Amino acid sequence: MAEHFNKKPEEVVRIDYHPPQKAWMDPTIDFEKKRGNWCYGAAAKNTKYLDLPHPRDWHPTDEDWKLPENWKEIILEGIKERLEKYRSFRLFMDICVRCGACADKCHYFIGSGDPKNMPVLRAELLRSIYRNDFTTAGKILGQYAGGRELTVDVIKEWFYYFFQCTECRRCSVFCPYGIDTAEITMHARELLSLLGIGINWIMEPAANCFRTGNHLGVPPHAFKDNVEFAADDLKDVTGVEVETPIHKKGAEVLVIVPSADYFGNPHYYTFLGYLALFHEIGLDFTFSAYASEGGNFGLFHSREMIKRLNAKIYAEAKRLGVKWILGCECGHMWRVLHQYMDTMNGPADFLEEPVSPITGTRFENAKSTKMVHICEFTADLIQNGKIKLDPRRNDHWKVTFHDSCNPARAMGLIEEPRYILRNACNYFYEMPENTIKEQTFCCGSGSGLGTDENLEMRLRGGLPRANAVKYVRDKHGVNVLSCICAIDKATLPDLLKYWVPDVDVCGVHELVGNALIMKGENERATDLRGTPIKTNGGQGESQP
Amino acid sequence: MSSMPAFFTSKRNNAILAIAAVVFILLGIFTPFFRIVFGVIVPYMAILIFLVGVAARVWQWAKSPEPFRIPTSCGQQLSLKWMPSSKLDNPSTTLGVIGRMALEVLCFRSLFRNTKAELKSGPRLVYGTSKYLWLGALAFHWCFLLIILRHLRYFANPVPSFVLFLESLDGFFQIGVPILYISNLIILGALAFLLFRRLLEPKLRYISLPADYFPLLLILGIVLTGMLMRYTAWKPDIVGVKELAMGLVSFRPAIPAGIGCLFYIHLFLVCTLIAYFPFSKLMHMAGIFLSPTRNMANNNRMQRHINPWNYPVKVHTYEEWEHEFRDKMKAAGYKFDKE
Ligand code: SF4
Ligand code: SF4
Repeated sequence: MAEHFNKKPEEVVRIDYHPPQKAWMDPTIDFEKKRGNWCYGAAAKNTKYLDLPHPRDWHPTDEDWKLPENWKEIILEGIKERLEKYRSFRLFMDICVRCGACADKCHYFIGSGDPKNMPVLRAELLRSIYRNDFTTAGKILGQYAGGRELTVDVIKEWFYYFFQCTECRRCSVFCPYGIDTAEITMHARELLSLLGIGINWIMEPAANCFRTGNHLGVPPHAFKDNVEFAADDLKDVTGVEVETPIHKKGAEVLVIVPSADYFGNPHYYTFLGYLALFHEIGLDFTFSAYASEGGNFGLFHSREMIKRLNAKIYAEAKRLGVKWILGCECGHMWRVLHQYMDTMNGPADFLEEPVSPITGTRFENAKSTKMVHICEFTADLIQNGKIKLDPRRNDHWKVTFHDSCNPARAMGLIEEPRYILRNACNYFYEMPENTIKEQTFCCGSGSGLGTDENLEMRLRGGLPRANAVKYVRDKHGVNVLSCICAIDKATLPDLLKYWVPDVDVCGVHELVGNALIMKGENERATDLRGTPIKTNGGQGESQP
Repeated sequence: MSSMPAFFTSKRNNAILAIAAVVFILLGIFTPFFRIVFGVIVPYMAILIFLVGVAARVWQWAKSPEPFRIPTSCGQQLSLKWMPSSKLDNPSTTLGVIGRMALEVLCFRSLFRNTKAELKSGPRLVYGTSKYLWLGALAFHWCFLLIILRHLRYFANPVPSFVLFLESLDGFFQIGVPILYISNLIILGALAFLLFRRLLEPKLRYISLPADYFPLLLILGIVLTGMLMRYTAWKPDIVGVKELAMGLVSFRPAIPAGIGCLFYIHLFLVCTLIAYFPFSKLMHMAGIFLSPTRNMANNNRMQRHINPWNYPVKVHTYEEWEHEFRDKMKAAGYKFDKE
């Protein structure tokens, strides 16, 4: 675990929900004392590579953040521009009634008790500046109207708290006006980036992605190696040789995965699952080394960066002449693909309305964007009886499902993965109702905050999720948390190790790959991880 | 209470405000000149400020576009035909959106979801349902509407039948003379709940601003003066009140004498609320209709949403990318269009 963090769970969980005496308008933060709760500043080389303003090396504990001389003007100008360009921004600045319905909905507040992690106060940090400088009441009444002067300390406070929001949108589900603090965080981060302030855990993947096509900076030759290696590994388990086409012109479908799928654990087993599935149904598909990333850390930086990083997907689909695009398991990637891609990078008029070549199903819900989620695709295959699954091969797993924030709250992809799981395994249990589906709790590390120096905040923010996992572990003996998100797969293992030992993390298509009966396969002795399979015979006891 | 909001602790402020109000109002009742000011000029000014202010605010919102379609989905999406989708909590059609908005505006759907997080030993986090805020808010808003509608009896001659119907409904239990309106009791209870919740709940008190207490107190003042006039001996001259109200709406203002001091206080507080409205959070009433996370359909992949200010950005093209990695790609066996 990270150098700045050695607290025991018993200590972390002593959370005081009583707000301090000090009024919230004081912005001072002691960064030294708060180590473990913030991320390192973006390195100049990354900021520069992306042509972003004011690149410099800096560190949050520095007294002087080396802001550009006219920083105040830049921020006020930036706010003004955003008020004119985004109705949501102006509206969310104006209509909050501070009813507090969102207050205890944020995992960071629940896990830290820090009152500025209540979504309403997080937003007020920016709203107070808006009121002070952009509203009549604020200009006349100042503090009495909830206004606050913009100072360097406010900028530092923004950095602290807007990089303590995972843009998960849970608060917006409960707000009577649908105020989405994630949206406000996105604006605040954009404003900070105008001053050259960002975190390296976001800027480095973004710069990598711009250059190599993926966050991890895997160059095309290594990409090819990894993919072919995966095919070999799959053969070791199943005895079946599968194809791994890259840049295959005229393929029917372009497959986009998050790069961790072919690079990290436990993502990799999910990647094996995709390969097995595509082979078994005979899908005419191709990967691309240029578009070797579906994830988009631009989402955590600015709308412009989303657009810049995402452009490659349609460009590559066009270059390769595919008919449509299939997107794999990743949460924030799907926020972008579902809510932004068509608007930003479309229209995709060079593609065709997606039709499953196996079942003939038209994916009318994707007829404009032309991009289908792999859970939609697989659920359709199962429903049409086009693949055979032996759920007993997953009997060593007692499975629960974690809804990733974006597919749940920015899309509504809720039942598809559950349908797949119920068909691919015998033991599936839901976590308590207020912690799943649209009310799901974030992993605590989303939106680019999944780095080591931030570990304390991550473990705190992940407490509500982990706690719900603990509930099903204790009640049903759940030993694996399945999910459809690359960031989840990267960060939940650490979280669970800390709060709920003995629960693993897997992808939905890993379980599909385990259960999938393939033509010409060997009798499977192990699952895709190499763990010996022990079937329990008979039927499972899943909840309906 | 050391963390009382600054608004209350500033004694000087309060004193000035209170004295000014009392002086103005007392003067107002006793001289015809001030009767004109408070009975005619102030109401007209308040309405004017309200209309212009609200229109300006809504116009300001409306003229900023919503560049992206960003509904918050609170249920299953529409995808595969055989998979039931949640038509109201995650609507994909305009009709669904209308339904969702109606539920939101009329029933406070989102507030109905409210839960209360509690950390018990174990540690065990539990999220109990918590409907108090929903109930309090709903009771307050509906009663407020009902009371406003009841007041239409002063502005129309003859009194519209639906107003008479509402009155009889509101006085259904026929308690006391004059008959007690249930809405009066409920709104008092709801206001007290909303106020005490703010004052006593530490989290709420921490986030509350003067701008949160002010409208609550103002409305409380309006309700109390109204109730005093109805249920105590300080009754205004109802005929005079109606004359004044009819004069205002027909733009032929009349200023009957002897309506009574309490009425002018009531009217002044109402005017203050109306004039304050466009500059305050009370604008949530109009804003909710424009909220993009609620009033947009989740048909993102079905129908392209246009961003009016979409602009070209710097991207890394395939050609640039290939150029950088070409040699290594060649060695790894990649094929190229142009060898
Ligand atoms: S729920 Fe909405 S209106 Fe209430 S405090 Fe939170 S953001 Fe403001
Ligand atoms: S978006 Fe999520 S992390 Fe951000 S304030 Fe809302 S609940 Fe908290």
